[in-house]
Amino acid sequence: MGIMEDRKMPPNCTNPESDPFYAAAEEGKFMIRRCTSCKKAHWYPRAVCPFCFGSTEWEQASGEGTIYSFSTMLRSNFTMAYVTLKEGPTMMTNIVKADPDQLKIGGKVKVVFVQTDANKVPCFEPA
Amino acid sequence: MSIKGQGYIVGAFEHPTRKAPDLSVAQIHAESAAGALADAGLTKDDIDGYFCAGDAAGMGPISVVDYMNLRLSWLDSTDVGGTSYIGAVGHATAAIMAGKCNIALITLGGRPRSEGVQTGTGQRAGNPQVADSPWESHFSPATTNVYGMVAARHMHEYGTTSEQLAWIKVAASHHAQWNEHAMLRNVVTVEEVVNSPMVSTPLHRLDCCVISDGGGALIVTRPEIAKTLKRPLVKVRGHGESWKGQMGGDVDLSYSGARWSGASAFAEAGVKHADIKYASIYDSFTITVLMQLEDLGFCEKGQGGKFVADGNLISGVGKLPFNTDGGGLCNNHPANRGGITKVIEAVRQLRGEAHPKVQVPNCDIALAHGTGGLLGSRHGSSTLILERE
Repeated sequence: MGIMEDRKMPPNCTNPESDPFYAAAEEGKFMIRRCTSCKKAHWYPRAVCPFCFGSTEWEQASGEGTIYSFSTMLRSNFTMAYVTLKEGPTMMTNIVKADPDQLKIGGKVKVVFVQTDANKVPCFEPA
Repeated sequence: MSIKGQGYIVGAFEHPTRKAPDLSVAQIHAESAAGALADAGLTKDDIDGYFCAGDAAGMGPISVVDYMNLRLSWLDSTDVGGTSYIGAVGHATAAIMAGKCNIALITLGGRPRSEGVQTGTGQRAGNPQVADSPWESHFSPATTNVYGMVAARHMHEYGTTSEQLAWIKVAASHHAQWNEHAMLRNVVTVEEVVNSPMVSTPLHRLDCCVISDGGGALIVTRPEIAKTLKRPLVKVRGHGESWKGQMGGDVDLSYSGARWSGASAFAEAGVKHADIKYASIYDSFTITVLMQLEDLGFCEKGQGGKFVADGNLISGVGKLPFNTDGGGLCNNHPANRGGITKVIEAVRQLRGEAHPKVQVPNCDIALAHGTGGLLGSRHGSSTLILERE
C-alpha cells in the first residue's frame, strides 16, 4: 500500500504520575520505570510496582523494540500495535512512517515522538 | 462451600427491539424486567435483589431502580463490560445463598444504534484519572483494532486463517435465519466474510458483531421458590469469574481470562466438556469466539481454527452448537453488551424453547461465557454452567 500518510493523533491526557514522562518526552527522552526492589521494568509506568508493590524509579530506555502484534485501521489510516521493548515490557503504541504491508510481527522498530496538541507521545517506526 | 444448585433462572426475556429511537434507556430496562417477570409468573413486588452494570445510566443502580420503584435488600452494579450479566447470575446466586435476597432481577438496556455510536471504530476521549488512559487514549484503541491485534497474533503463533474465523460468522448466520428478530438473517458464506471490507487488519466487516439497540432481563431465585413456579427448572450448576489485562507489561495475547473463569465454573459444576450440549459464547468478533473456545478447553490452545471450521458450531451439523439465536454477530448486541442474550439463549435451549430449527435435542447442560471490555488490552471474564433439572 506504500508508506501511509500519518493521521493527526488526538492529544494525550496526563496526571501527576505520568507528567514526568511527558516532560522528558519534550526533551526527546523515552523513559520507563523499574522497581527498586524486584528490579523488573514494567509498562505502563507506575509509582507502585505491578509485580511486587515495591517502589519504582525512572530510567531512560533504549527506544528499541520489536512488533508483538499490530492492526491497521484502514478507514482511519493508522496502525495500532504492541511493541516489546528491549528492556522487557510490551507497550501499546502506534506504528508511524511505515507501509502497513511491509510490517511484520517480530520486525524491529525504534521510538519516535509524535507531537499532539498536548504533548509528544511515543510512537515507533521501522528501524 | 459452593453456589452449585443454590440458584435457578426462572425468568428470561429478550427485548424484541433492535432499533429504538422512540424508547428511553430506563424504559428498555423496565420493559425487559416486566417481560422476565411475566415469563417467571412473578410480579414486581416479589423482587428484592437487583443487579445491573454500566449501561444503567445514573449512579450505579440507583436511577434505574428509582424509575422502576423497586423495594430491595440487595443491590449490585458490578461492571466488567458486556459479560457483566453472566457474572451477575453468579453474584445473584451467591446473594440468595447468603440470605440477602430471594428473587433477584438482572436488567440490561441501551440504544447505541439510535444514538449513532461507532462501537467498533470510534475513538474514546481520554480521562486522566483512568490509570491506563494517559498511556493509551491518544493511540486510539478503538474496539476493532485491539481485537485485530489479538487475531493477528493468533494467526502468527498458530497459523489460524481468516477463512477459519469466517466459519464462526457462517455458523451464526445459519442460526440467525430462523430468528425473526435478528438484525442479519441472510446466510453468508466463508467467501462473503473474507471478501467483506477490511475494517482493521485482519478483521473484516463480517468478523464484527452488529450494533443494536435492545435489552434483556433475567430472574434468579432460590430452589424452594423455583419449584413452586410453572416454568422448566434451569439450575445454576457452576460459575466462574476472572479478568485479564496487560500484566504489568508481560502482554500475552494468546489467551484470555476464560482460562481462569472457565476452569472455576467447570470445577464447581463438576461436569466435563463432553457434557456441554450447547454453548453461548460471546461473539463481539469472530476472534473472540475462537479464543474463548480454546481457553474454556473445548479444544487445545491453537487448534481453535480447526475446531470452528466446516460447520462444527452449527446446530444439527457440528459437535458444539453455539449462539443459536444468531449471537452478537447476526442477532443482537444490545447496549454493546452481549452477556445477557448469552444467558437468555442458553435458558431457551435448556427449556426446549429455542427455535425448532436450532433446538439441540435433549439439551440438559449448557454453558454461557463472556468477555467484557477489550480482549486485547483488559477485560472481564465470566462463565456460567446451567443445567435443566
